[in-house]
Amino acid sequence: MRILFDRIDEEGLNTLPVYERRDGYSSLRKALAMPPEAVLSELESSGLRGRGGAGFQMGKKVSFLPKGSMDKYLVCNADESEPGTFKDRELMQKNPHGLIEGIVIASYAAGANRSFIYIRGEYVLQADVLDAALAEARDAGYLGEDILGSGHSLSLVLHRGAGAYICGEETGLLDSLEGKRGNPRLKPPFPANQGLYQGPTLINNVETLATVPAIIAMGGADYAKLGVETSTGTKLVSVSGHVQRPGNYEIELGIPSREIIYDLAGGPPQGRTVKCWFPGGSSSPVLTAEDLDVPYDFDSMAKAGSMLGSGAIIVVDDSTPILDVAMKVAKFYRHESCGKCTPCREGTNWTVKMLERIDHGEATPMDLDIMASVQDHIIGNCLCVLGDAMAMPIGSMIAKFRDEFEAHNEAARLRPAGTLVAS
Amino acid sequence: MTAVPRLPTTEQAPGWDRPADLEKDPALIPDPATTPVPAELRKTIEDAMALYPDSRSAAIPALHAAQEVHGWCSPEAIDQVACVMRLTPAYLASVATFYDMLENTPVGRHSVYVCTNISCSLCGADELFAAIRDAAADDGEFNVRAFECLGACDIAPMASVDGVYVGPLSLTDIPQLLDDVRAGRPVLPEKQLATRPTADPGADA
Repeated sequence: MRILFDRIDEEGLNTLPVYERRDGYSSLRKALAMPPEAVLSELESSGLRGRGGAGFQMGKKVSFLPKGSMDKYLVCNADESEPGTFKDRELMQKNPHGLIEGIVIASYAAGANRSFIYIRGEYVLQADVLDAALAEARDAGYLGEDILGSGHSLSLVLHRGAGAYICGEETGLLDSLEGKRGNPRLKPPFPANQGLYQGPTLINNVETLATVPAIIAMGGADYAKLGVETSTGTKLVSVSGHVQRPGNYEIELGIPSREIIYDLAGGPPQGRTVKCWFPGGSSSPVLTAEDLDVPYDFDSMAKAGSMLGSGAIIVVDDSTPILDVAMKVAKFYRHESCGKCTPCREGTNWTVKMLERIDHGEATPMDLDIMASVQDHIIGNCLCVLGDAMAMPIGSMIAKFRDEFEAHNEAARLRPAGTLVAS
Repeated sequence: MTAVPRLPTTEQAPGWDRPADLEKDPALIPDPATTPVPAELRKTIEDAMALYPDSRSAAIPALHAAQEVHGWCSPEAIDQVACVMRLTPAYLASVATFYDMLENTPVGRHSVYVCTNISCSLCGADELFAAIRDAAADDGEFNVRAFECLGACDIAPMASVDGVYVGPLSLTDIPQLLDDVRAGRPVLPEKQLATRPTADPGADA
């Protein structure tokens, strides 16, 4: 079953004529003929959960916006920066009109008249494709004043970021979109009440919004039949790392993870085995080969001690020392921490320093416990979850590969002075 | 003024060890009469400001535009943006230092961002970055940087060359990559992401 990836490689799908020939914007016409409340109830009955990482029900999020005639905003989060994630990139590049249609429908349900796509600055090609598609949509009357005679108006601005992971966090994104440093805000108030320019704001991921036209076309109840009960529909999964066929795959939620890693992505290279894998981007706690049969959906992943996150599977095979993986992850979060909250700013820095001590054989037996407790003290103690996003995978690596960390330190300690670790 | 001694760490924000000159008055919003701004840059910034309910939202697009003119977010570039946007240079400097793609020191004209995050480094990106950096070391035209995840792990290890994604790269691609940039040709055309079909076998049905 392919919804988002249905004939995605068709020549010219990024242009309006081809998109319209494939019944593009027919969901928009259907939605605009319904009252906004009916569109909202379709979204709610679809059970669609946010595809950006948190997995919050989209329909519920829309319903949290206050009613009334104030300025409301819709922001599409296209700042896809979670390591391992590249699904939105392919969607925007190959089917930009699908996203635009989803944004217009969602804005109609939410009563928003201004919308923004915040795309990461590195996505130059995708931003250019979207720019061209936006111009086509404006000319055809799918955007602007009184869309298709419905009375609903929507402006849509493409905003390019400038390279900061934290701007994928919704409140950091809002600050960045307001022209500030991308520092996250204290919640509550949640963006649904007080977001962009202090107005009620709906923020959704690209994939979530791109799914909306299909939900309107199929009907929410039919969409909910796909997948499993608490994780409905299909999901784009980005598989990367040590696999033979890395790439984006559209799967029905709830299939065994093994099918994704082995059948679709080809598994690790010949003669190697899976050592660990991140099921939802580098922020998710790692799982091991024993967990390969866990169904790939939100709740099963949570039950297995990890999370589905953005749907980015990173496979690490047995040729890589776990310390290298931990170091990459920790250094990334240290670099991207905005520095606003102490536990995250200091915790990420000290985790890197402690990992370097292990790498150099200078760690004491206590250091792993101290490092684990640093992770525990980050989680839940910051304005946003960037610190948690390091603490969760690092904590899980210490728990699952403690022996290897200890052996690494011991081997480094016994080496003659001045030689470096071969990794 | 003496610099404060600090313990070395492996990663530092640029300028961390330069003390601020406290005897200088803080810079005010530049006077348009004494701050010439290229007409084209002014128009780009003003057009961006008009897109948002609050014109301050245009800070990043404006700094981007100024960086394209000046090569980096130089004090002069920041003054020009501040003059058009009616903001203080300090405010814009705070924004410019936050984002990775805004340069705070003079850099080469051609950017080569090599992704060295987890998926790419599992596929050998660290060696690739070192090799590209060394190969371009004598050429001031290049700005080779190790970058965080660029969102193209399917073509790992990869690089973004002046915004064009290419991969999977091997060490033998480096001479052609640099030559293509120097000659102004499209970079490694057969390895560009733009032409890559999706991996999902069910998508073409």
